[in-house]
Formats: sequence, structure tokens, C-alpha cells
Amino acid sequence: MSLLRVTDLAVSIHGAPLLERVAFTLDPGEIFGLVGESGSGKSLTALALMGLLPQGAATTGHAELQGVDLLNQTEAAMCRLRGNRIGMIFQEPMTALNPLMTIGDQVAETLMVHRNMPRREALAIARAKLDRVGLPEPRFALSLYPHELSGGQRQRVAIALAIALQPALLIADEPTTALDVTTQAQILDLLRDLVADVGMGLMLITHDLAVVAGLANNTAVMQTGRIVEQGNTEALFRARTHPYTAALFAASAHQPARVDIGTPEPLLTVENATRAYTLARPRPFAKHPVLHAVDDVSFTLHEGESLGLVGSSGCGKSTLTRAILGLDALQGGEIRLFGKRVGPGMSNRLRAGVQVVFQDPYGSFNPRWRVDRLVAEPFHLMPQPPADWRERVAEALIEVGLRADDRGKYIHEFSGGQRQRIAIARALITRPELIVLDEAVSALDVRIRAQVLDLLASLRKSHGLAYLFISHDLSVVRAITDRVLVMEAGRIVEQGPTEALFNAPAHPVTRRLVAATPQIPPEWMEKRA
Amino acid sequence: MRPGLVIGIALAGLALAAALLSLVWTPYDVTALAISQKLQAPSAAHWLGTDHFGRDIAAMLMVGARTSLAVALVAVGIGMGLGVPLGLLAAAKPGWADELTMRGNDLVFAFPSLVIAILITAVFGPSAINAIIAIGIFNIPVFARVTRGGALSLWTLDYIRAAQVAGKGRARISLEHILPNIANLLIVQGTIQFSLGILAEAGLSYVGLGAQPPLPSWGRMLAEAQTMVTLAPHVAIFPGLAIVATVLGLNLLGDGLRDALDPRLRRAR
Repeated sequence: MSLLRVTDLAVSIHGAPLLERVAFTLDPGEIFGLVGESGSGKSLTALALMGLLPQGAATTGHAELQGVDLLNQTEAAMCRLRGNRIGMIFQEPMTALNPLMTIGDQVAETLMVHRNMPRREALAIARAKLDRVGLPEPRFALSLYPHELSGGQRQRVAIALAIALQPALLIADEPTTALDVTTQAQILDLLRDLVADVGMGLMLITHDLAVVAGLANNTAVMQTGRIVEQGNTEALFRARTHPYTAALFAASAHQPARVDIGTPEPLLTVENATRAYTLARPRPFAKHPVLHAVDDVSFTLHEGESLGLVGSSGCGKSTLTRAILGLDALQGGEIRLFGKRVGPGMSNRLRAGVQVVFQDPYGSFNPRWRVDRLVAEPFHLMPQPPADWRERVAEALIEVGLRADDRGKYIHEFSGGQRQRIAIARALITRPELIVLDEAVSALDVRIRAQVLDLLASLRKSHGLAYLFISHDLSVVRAITDRVLVMEAGRIVEQGPTEALFNAPAHPVTRRLVAATPQIPPEWMEKRA
Repeated sequence: MRPGLVIGIALAGLALAAALLSLVWTPYDVTALAISQKLQAPSAAHWLGTDHFGRDIAAMLMVGARTSLAVALVAVGIGMGLGVPLGLLAAAKPGWADELTMRGNDLVFAFPSLVIAILITAVFGPSAINAIIAIGIFNIPVFARVTRGGALSLWTLDYIRAAQVAGKGRARISLEHILPNIANLLIVQGTIQFSLGILAEAGLSYVGLGAQPPLPSWGRMLAEAQTMVTLAPHVAIFPGLAIVATVLGLNLLGDGLRDALDPRLRRAR
């Protein structure tokens, strides 16, 4: 008998239909992947099953978990089900835990609430669950607080919390999207093991087709509130019958046209760059520990070259980026752009030569400014803003595929992909030679990402731009860079031409990164007969 | 426009109109005593009745509005004028500037406002001006803290980094990016402090440290009515209502302004 049976599920909020005719089944011990772009209704499906929809939502249809109707329960009955029979893991491990409670107490709390268990007994079970998710004693004592753990470790605590009561169904909503590739691989392995161990059902919600390919038995593809196609993962991926599925696949494997304009002229040289931070004392009167965020890094970026910088989170990418942008001073070594020294005191003329696009399309803009003022901000670097600045803004917007009359709008009127285009327009406005792309496409859906990558490739060709592309996503770096640097613990451990380096990684760090990157098996991607 | 904003404008506008009108016209002279007319209930001659000296309560409320609003407005002005720049500075320059301003704030916070007021009036003598200064000084750390807190969270955002990449200095970024984005916090805090200022002025006048007789003040009217509440309740009710209505109006106005000034909320309607 199936564990979860959903038939004809529909959700509307204030009369607007958001989910329609959603139907699927999930067996014990099965991993069911739900993929689609943002706004397709993946998370809404999970929330509907948990009875956590916002006010004003109306649900119709049937959803049965082990014979219990989930859609017609009182709130009190749902409270007993949640945590007990259904566990859930969320995307953001930083906010999913209470920062003021120890990890032991957080896991024990669920047991004490649902099972009326004495605290000592609950803590003993919490200990066992934390051991199970790979946080063993003595390194991970129950008395640790969330801030003492890394993102991946926190996600493990969240998983321990979700499985504390041995739920029959575990819903994981983008459980690894906020983590870097190596941590992602570990968490996915853990989830797979847990499902095999205890025979629970796992509903895995993600936008990443490669994650589903490696994990899910069955997969459903969602588009605008409907499941357009579902079935055995391998069969579905090989066939790609529905045009939407085919389009998603094409986008995720998209390779922008190669541009070769690199010259041997050095544009940016980094020589023995060093930057360390003193950390808080671990004990009173102890010495301040020192973190070498960037440790003796040297490299050269040539004119018109597209250079990748990859590494797991905390490897020193961000510190190096800040130094290259001239926001922070180095403690040793130097960075030169056109042979002139880069640093907080650099001239505005030099600054105009290097611009940046950040990761978060939502945090990159002052929400109170209109687009024309946002895009024109770097004109501050010129002694006098050009008289035709409005026309130049319009030009830049057209170059990135927007309309000239978008100038008068506020940033909240644009989607994530459009915002990233506006960020690129802002970076282009001073006609820089180098653009630093700091995880610039990581937050975008696959189809939008493919479009932005195409745009970057064509701009590089037309403007002779050089890119420094910083990312933890190897597939994207592979698609757009000529040469790549691999960074670990503040040092560059390996570098070389992108294809050669990824095909034959020499350093253990590179090998680990390549191995951890989820991939759709190439034979699944062969052309349909 | 939301109904809250309309009601807020109406209530706060009523207090302001009464204060302005009192500059040129009041139904009776507020300094003239008429003991024979004392404690009269509201009537056609005296709309809101008279107090224990026979003064017209409507006239006193109008002149009192002037005192209350002026004291609160200037006190908020002092608090914002000094507190907001201090808070922006503290957020923009972590290190000694931050430490210095925040520890200075703690020092002011450590004194209850009434103690500061007594200190000031002990040195300069009791008056409405000195009440303004005392309340204003107490407002400075409030605004400095709110500003610093809001600004610190903004300094970590990417659009601030983008502005730095565009070569803008910390002062300019504070003015162009930080200030407009914490304006909603400041407006709400401003209206709260404005209401508290009215209440503080009432409190100071109540203990005799605010506006001095014969200048009427809502606080002193309430203090004087205290002993006569059972005898002539209207003497206490009307100044009390004036304070409640003005404070409520200002709070609604603040909430409404915050929403109206935010482009994200403007479109959402």
C-alpha cells in the first residue's frame, strides 16, 4: 500500500488558482523528486500537505498519509501529525534552528512535546539521532549552540530534528540549495541512507535536475501549478516527452557560444596577496586565533579573458573579491589593475575599470531608487556625470535585453532574472575592462540562467570584457570560463585551462569538488532516437 | 489612502489647527480669572465648561495645544537632529567612533529623563524652554540607537557594496542609501517620541517643572483637575481626551506615512 496518495489536489488563494490537479503517490522507502522553477508550486504542494498554507487559501482534493486524510483535519490533529508522522527540512539551515537553544534541547524538545518523555530520556534519544546524522560525540556535544556549527552541520541538526520521531514521510524543500557542493553531496548521501535504513518516504523538492537524477526513484516535473509529467526518474529523463521537461534539460546543459578574445596582455595581477583576520578569544586571556583568509595568492588575469575562481564556502573567495574591488586593504602583497595599485585609496578612474555583479538579485539594489538612478550610480566615478546619462542608461538597458522605458520603474517591479540583467547594465555603464561576477547566476532558475550566460558571452564579445567568475557551481564555471583557479583555505591549490583541469583534476581538493558536483548521467542525455 | 492615515491627519490636524488658531483668537482670555463662574458644566457660553478658577477650558486647551505640540516637536527635532547623525556615524565607522557614541548614549540613558529635567531646571529655572531641552536630550540616544541598528543591517547588503565599488564614500552612502531606507524606522520612532514628548511635557508640568502659570498646559490642567474629578469630571476628561486624541492621531499618521513613503508598499495597494 502506498504511503502517501495525493489525488486531484488544488489550492487557490483568494480565488486565484495556484495548484491544479496535482496527483502522485509515494511508497515507503521511496524517494520522490518534485522539480520545477521558482513559482511552479513545489513548495506550495508541501505546505498544503502539512496544513501550513497561508490565510485565505482554499484546498480541494484528497491527500492520504497511511490512510489518514491530511486535508480534513483540525489544527490540533495536524499538530499531532506534524513532526510525528511528517517531518520537514527547509532550505535555510541558518534560520531553521533557534539560536538560543542548544542542539540537544532542540532535538529533545520534539520528543518531549509529542511523546511526553522525561527530559533525560529525550536527550538520550537526541544523542542517538545526532550520532545517526553524522554529528558524533565528543566533537558535537548536545550542549553546542547553532552558531558554533557550519551550515552543513546545522542542516544535519535540522535533519536529526525532523527524523527524531521516525516520521513516515520526510519532506525536504531545497535541502541543499544553500550549501556548497561538497557539503551538498554529504547531505544527499545522508538522506539516501536514512531512507534506506528506516523505510520512510522522502519527498525531495528541488530546482536542480542533477540532484534529482542522482537520488530520486520517481520524479514529477511541475510547471505553473500543474504536474506536467511524472514517472520513473531515468525513464522520464531519457524520454523528456513533455516540451517543458525538454526545455528544462536543454537549459541546464546549456553551453553559451565560446568567445576567444584573450590576449597575452596582463590586465589584473595579484601578487602574494595576504589577508588575515583575528578571531574572538576562545577562552578568557587566551591568544586571539588568526584566520588566514587569503594566504599568499598570486595570479594574472589577461585582457579579454574569462577566469573562474572556484572553491567551497569559507575558502577565501569573498575576501579576495573585496580586495580586488579595492574595498579592503591587503596586509601583504599587492594587486595591480593596468599596472596601477588597487586598494581602498585608489583613484576613481581606476575604479571605473572594474565593476561587479553580486549573487543576490534582491539585495543588490536600493529599493527606493528608480532604475535610471540605480544604473547610473557608477557615473559617480567620473569627474562629471555625462550630460547624456539618461540616454546612456537606456542604451545599457537595451544591451542587456530590457526596454529603455524600464528606466522609470522601481526594482521590485522586476523578476530575479531581470534584476540580474539590471545589475549587469549597472556594471557596464562605465565601460569597464573587467567585471567581477560573484556567484552572479547561482540564484537564478535554469532557463533564466542559460539566458544570462548567453548575454554574458555576447557582451564579452562585443565589449572585449574580461570576467572574473567566482562560483562554487562547477557546471556554470565550466560553461563560461577559459581558465580556472581552485581555492582552498586561502590558497590557490590548482589552476589551468578549464576543460583540461576538470577532465583531469590533479589536486585532491579539485577532485573532491568535481566528484561532489551532481551530474545527470551523460548516457541519459543522449539524443532521443 | 488608507483610513488610518486619514484619521491620523484629521486628529493631528485638529490639534495643530487649534494651536495655530489660538495665536490669533481664543473664545476667552486664558489669563482672566472669574471665580464666580468656576467649575461650570459645558454650556453654550463655555463649550467645554470652566475650571476651578472659572477659566474657559476650550480656550485653555487651544493654548495648551500650542505648548504641548511645540515642546514635543522641538524635543523630537533635537533628538533627531543630533541622534540620527550620531547613529549613522556609529554604523559607518565601526571602531572608536562607534564605541564613543554608543557609550555616550549609555551615559545619557543611565539618567532617568526626570533627573535630567530636574538638573536642568535646578540650573536654569523651570520653564517650557528648559522642558524642551530636557526631553530633547533624552531623545538623542533613542534616535542614535534606532539609526545605528537599522544602518548596521543595511551596511552588509550588496547595494551598499555596489555603491562602494562606484567610489562613494561612507558619508555619501549614509546619506543616499542608508538614510532613505531607515526613514520608515525613524518616522515611526519619531511619532512615538512625539507622543512621549507630549506625555513627558504633561508629566514635567504636573510636577511643576514645565510650562509655568499662567501659560496653560495639558499636563498641568490634568494635574490640577485631579482633586476635582468627582466634583467636576469634565475638567479632567477634556485635557485627557486632548492628549489621547493627539497621541493616537500622531501614531496613525506615522504608520500611514511609513507606508506611503515606501515604493514597495505603494504599488501593492
